[in-house]
This record gives sequence, structure tokens and C-alpha cells, in this order.
Amino acid sequence: MSTGVAMSEPHDDDGIVLTEAQKRARRSRSIAIALALAALVILFYAMTLVKGPGVLIRPI
Amino acid sequence: MSLVSEGADYRGSLSAGTSLAEPSLATVGDYFTLMKPRVMSLVVFTALVGLAVAPGSLHPVTAFTALLCIAVGAGAAGALNMWYDADVDALMTRTSRRPVPMGRVQPGEALAFGLTLAGFSVVTLGLLVNWLAAGLLAFTIFFYVAVYTAWLKRSTPQNIVIGGAAGAFPPMIGWAATMGSLSLEPVLLFLIIFFWTPPHFWALALYRTEDYARAGIPMLPVVSGDASTRRQILLYTLILVPLAIVPWPLGYTGAIYGVTAAISGAIMLMLGWQVLRERRPAERASRNLFAFSILYLFLLFAVLLVDRGWGGLIARLAT
Repeated sequence: MSTGVAMSEPHDDDGIVLTEAQKRARRSRSIAIALALAALVILFYAMTLVKGPGVLIRPI
Repeated sequence: MSLVSEGADYRGSLSAGTSLAEPSLATVGDYFTLMKPRVMSLVVFTALVGLAVAPGSLHPVTAFTALLCIAVGAGAAGALNMWYDADVDALMTRTSRRPVPMGRVQPGEALAFGLTLAGFSVVTLGLLVNWLAAGLLAFTIFFYVAVYTAWLKRSTPQNIVIGGAAGAFPPMIGWAATMGSLSLEPVLLFLIIFFWTPPHFWALALYRTEDYARAGIPMLPVVSGDASTRRQILLYTLILVPLAIVPWPLGYTGAIYGVTAAISGAIMLMLGWQVLRERRPAERASRNLFAFSILYLFLLFAVLLVDRGWGGLIARLAT
């Protein structure tokens, strides 16, 4: 039965193994996302100071 | 049109061939390239002029936020354009080294990147500046991606005429960011860029005709031929040059702008006339017009900024 054969085969449960180049690319993308999020936090903080506490109270 | 469906097949095959089993090698630089930084810089500059010449007041931090959102929104439109156009980009010399046709960025990544930037730029502009500017930015992205890229570009030789509206919106967005409303003056700035676009792109298309034909893009020289395109270039230049001078007699600008618009407009007309008289394989006149048209638009807006906006901006910052 095919199930028995399949059970005797080694499982490929190591997942995807990234190459060094892929790891470097992922790391640079992660840093860029972190910096972008930090910039967004700073931007909203600065704009809150500029506009005062009523920054989100506005007519649409 | 069949080209569009071929494009969809291309995107489908790319997606199928690059499943999750193949992690991305895309770098930050590749993503930056997706945003079309050179186009983005012109968008930011024209938006800055619209923002600065508007008679209202805007805090410098708010002005910076508005320009940042407009820049990111333009980048989003560029990324979505590169996602949709990867098939034709791969066929053209000028665009074949872009990240998606080169395989450095997968189509799905470009799509997700573009949509994320579009959403963030519009919502941030709306929350922190005003919703009119945000609405205009959203419409500009929609117009560039859905109307120009997905529809007009592959279906009509009037693609860059109508689609040029997308590139003409930034000064209106800048004006709306300052004023929260629109008037005749930002519409004039819109019209200047709108009528500048056809001579600019058709001059390029004249010496890239084979490129566009190979990719199946119905640019005017491909569909209507060389002579017709040269006539159309001169016709649009004849509309553009007086239109660019109009802000002066209307009292929106001073003499510095008027004289600059008149002199540089005369050069545009002279180059347009040379393009009309030129015959292939010569392409010097077309190249000259393409190069000068960029300088012409930059000059008009730079002088407008100095003549009208800069003084007002400094006065506002000083008070």
C-alpha cells in the first residue's frame, strides 16, 4: 500500500532553507520596514504637536 | 484588446513560476526603483510649487508631510504601473532592466508594495493634512494605474494625452494641501503640464518607435505614422506656449515669470518646428525637443516658485 511506502520515506520537514544572499536581502528589507514604521510614528507624533490634541477632530 | 489578455497570462505564468517555495532576492534598492524615483522627483517638485504659490498658510511640518505623502503616492502609482506593465517592459530596451521583468522583484511583491504605499499615503495625507488633497491623490493613483496603465496605454494612440492628466494633478494636490480648496490658478498649472505631456512623450516616441511597436504599444508614431506625429507635436506646442504665459497677464505672477515663459516657449516652438521638418532616420531634433521639454517645465515651475511662491513662503515662515 502506498501509505506504507510514504511512511518509510524521509520527511522534508526542514522547511525552506534560505541562501546567504536571500538572508541578506530579507534582513535589508526588514530593516527598511522597521525604519519606515519608525518614521511614521515620528511623523504622527510631530503632527500631533503641530496640530494640538484636536488633530483627529475635524470635519470630513 | 488581445494585448491586455496576453499581459494577464504573462503575470499569471510569472506568479505560478515563483511560488512561496522561492524566497525573494529583492533588495531595498529594487523596491526604490519600483517607485520610479525620477518621475517621483518631478511630481514632488511640481507639488511643492502648487503648495508654495497657494496664498494660504501651512506649517512647515504639515507641508513636509503633504509632500512626503504625495511622493509616496507617486511611488505607489509607479510600482503598480511596473507590476501591470511587466510584460511590455520586458520587450522594450528602455524598460527591460526594471526589477519585475529582470525577475528581481516578483509581480505579487510589486503589487503588494504598490497597494500598501497607496493606502498609507492617501490615509496619512487625509488624517494629517486634509481630505480634499487625499482624495485628489487617491484619484491620481487610480487614474494613472487603472485608466492610463491598464486601459488607455494599450488601446489608443491618445494614451499619453488623456493619461497625461495623472502627471498634471500634483500641483493641484499641493494647492489643495495648503488651501483645502481649489481655484483657477491650480487648474492653470494642471493645464500647463497636461499640454506639455504630448510633445514631451511623442518626441521620445519618434526615436523609440520600433521599441513601442515591438511591445505592441499603440503610440502615435506607431499607429498614425511619423509625419502625423510631428504635426501633432507642433500643434500641442502651439497650445502649450501661450497657455504657459497666461498666468502673467492674469496677474498670478510677475514679469520674471512672463519673460521666462515667453523666451523658453519660443525655444520650444523652434524645436517643435525643427521636429516637423526632420525626416527619419534623423532624430536629433526629436531628441533635442525631448531633452529641452524637461528643462522647459522645470524652468516654468522654478521661476514660478521664485517669482510668486518663495517670497510668500518666506514671509509666512517669518510671521
